[in-house]
Amino acid sequence: MIITVASGKGGTGKTTVAVNLALSIGKTQVLDCDVEEPNSHTLLHPSDITSVIVTAPVPVIDSDKCTLCGKCAEFCQYNALFVGKKGVMVFEKLCHSCGGCALVCPEGAITEEERPLGDIHRSQIGPIKLVYGELRIGEPIATSVIRAVKGYIDPSAVNVLDAPPGTACPVVETMSDSDYLILVTEPTPFGLHDLSMTVDVVRTLGIPFGVVINRANIGDDGVEVYCRENGIPILLEIPFDRRIAELYSSGVPFVQEMPEWRDRFRELYEEIRRIVDGSR
Amino acid sequence: MVAGEVAVISGKGGTGKTTISSAFAYIAKSIVLADCDVDAPDLHILLHPEIEQTTDFIGSKVAVIDENLCTMCGICEAKCRFNAAHPPRIDPIACEGCGVCEFVCPARAIEMVDHKSGHVFRSRTFAGPMVHAKLIPGEGNSGKLVTEVRKLASTIAKENEAPIVLIDGSPGIGCSVIATVTGIRIGVIVTEPTLSGIHDMERVLKLLDQFRVRPMVIINKHDLNPENTEHIEAFCRNKGIEILGKISFDRIMTESMVAAKTLPEYAPDHPLTRLLQDMWARVEEVLAEVRTEH
Repeated sequence: MIITVASGKGGTGKTTVAVNLALSIGKTQVLDCDVEEPNSHTLLHPSDITSVIVTAPVPVIDSDKCTLCGKCAEFCQYNALFVGKKGVMVFEKLCHSCGGCALVCPEGAITEEERPLGDIHRSQIGPIKLVYGELRIGEPIATSVIRAVKGYIDPSAVNVLDAPPGTACPVVETMSDSDYLILVTEPTPFGLHDLSMTVDVVRTLGIPFGVVINRANIGDDGVEVYCRENGIPILLEIPFDRRIAELYSSGVPFVQEMPEWRDRFRELYEEIRRIVDGSR
Repeated sequence: MVAGEVAVISGKGGTGKTTISSAFAYIAKSIVLADCDVDAPDLHILLHPEIEQTTDFIGSKVAVIDENLCTMCGICEAKCRFNAAHPPRIDPIACEGCGVCEFVCPARAIEMVDHKSGHVFRSRTFAGPMVHAKLIPGEGNSGKLVTEVRKLASTIAKENEAPIVLIDGSPGIGCSVIATVTGIRIGVIVTEPTLSGIHDMERVLKLLDQFRVRPMVIINKHDLNPENTEHIEAFCRNKGIEILGKISFDRIMTESMVAAKTLPEYAPDHPLTRLLQDMWARVEEVLAEVRTEH
């Protein structure tokens, strides 16, 4: 089973929900797909880490064969190639690794070489298997690193995915293939606005979803009204509690200090399990 | 004179970027605003822009198969690296518009067509002209859209002789943020004293360093964890990074947002408002310094 925790607005508590849910379930796998700013490890504190590099192919020009005809640059939709008077410049960070330039080159002067974009780290912390990706700083394209993290999904296990914020392609990349989506929001105009944008994405994907309202008592009832009017289930409300915020700030998942919440998360999991089993 | 761009960014989401940039927008005298968080824009909620002009954003092309010509040979599917070509259809969400399928199709059944992936708005607000955008949910190319927003904001600044473009950025360090910080003068990083806030701030600081942007740091909710706040202060001191200010945890921040108002208009006499006024004055001072350096 794949449960993805997403939000639209950043900082609503995706990582908090993902990690506390996983800890409450027990034997699970947490996959942090927010590869621009992964945070699950700041709550789970992995020690024994195995890492691998994520690479993507980029063009290499054989200047002996290249006739500077310019077909590669003309083909490239991402402006990653520039053909000058003396040679071809490759702007590797703009390359989407489509392989088109090598296909169109009439001289066979283009081959591809793997270039590192990010890193995947894996660790076992008690019953939790953590996998998190890290996009290297200065690299713009997160999707290949997200795909690499998702490569570690174990179909026989419970996989909890921590998604990046926003509603753009990295979020869709993370959400696709999920069995259920938990959308974490806060009861404020920002939370509501970004939740409704996320719901638009989710509806196009056709994945069942529900909402968790975090810091439930800080704002207004806009989110609740929106959910009621749109038939969206509110799965759980976590009140604002300075203690929860303080525990988070020091990297402590709050179910460890407030064990009564384990049952709440466990119930949340059972409910999701029922919905997913029912829709299969 | 070309306007100097100042962006409010954070790495980690939800640290208070929009609350702070909207307060700066209210305080600043002559600015143009740009909301570059194009896939979850929120600045308009506080600034109530009156839209004057809407432009379609064509972020990329997308492949379309003519089913009448497709022979189902499967070559496009074999060559597509984005798992988008499934003849006789193309998955428009997965398609990155590279054009490989069109090139390899022996039946010439595939065409690349312009793909609208968002809108750019030129608006008027009480705080000054504002450029904002909305990415159609699920679309890519947010970096390109950010660049469009910045371009239009700079054009307006030139027309109005506004010396500053104030940018509300997005979380993360990927394409949107890179497009936001390329060529700007100052990056104001809003962080919080949590382990994740510190982790994400360090990554975004490295990004600013790569792009040679002057960083300034605001520690929001500093009293939530004094020890971590000290850690951030020491870290910044060691790296020679200026702390623009520290904001204590205060419900007024959320209250003003719920009232759909910027903090200084909601609470003009609140100490936080005065603090934000001082911070903005300092940003303007540093901007003048940075301009003479260049």
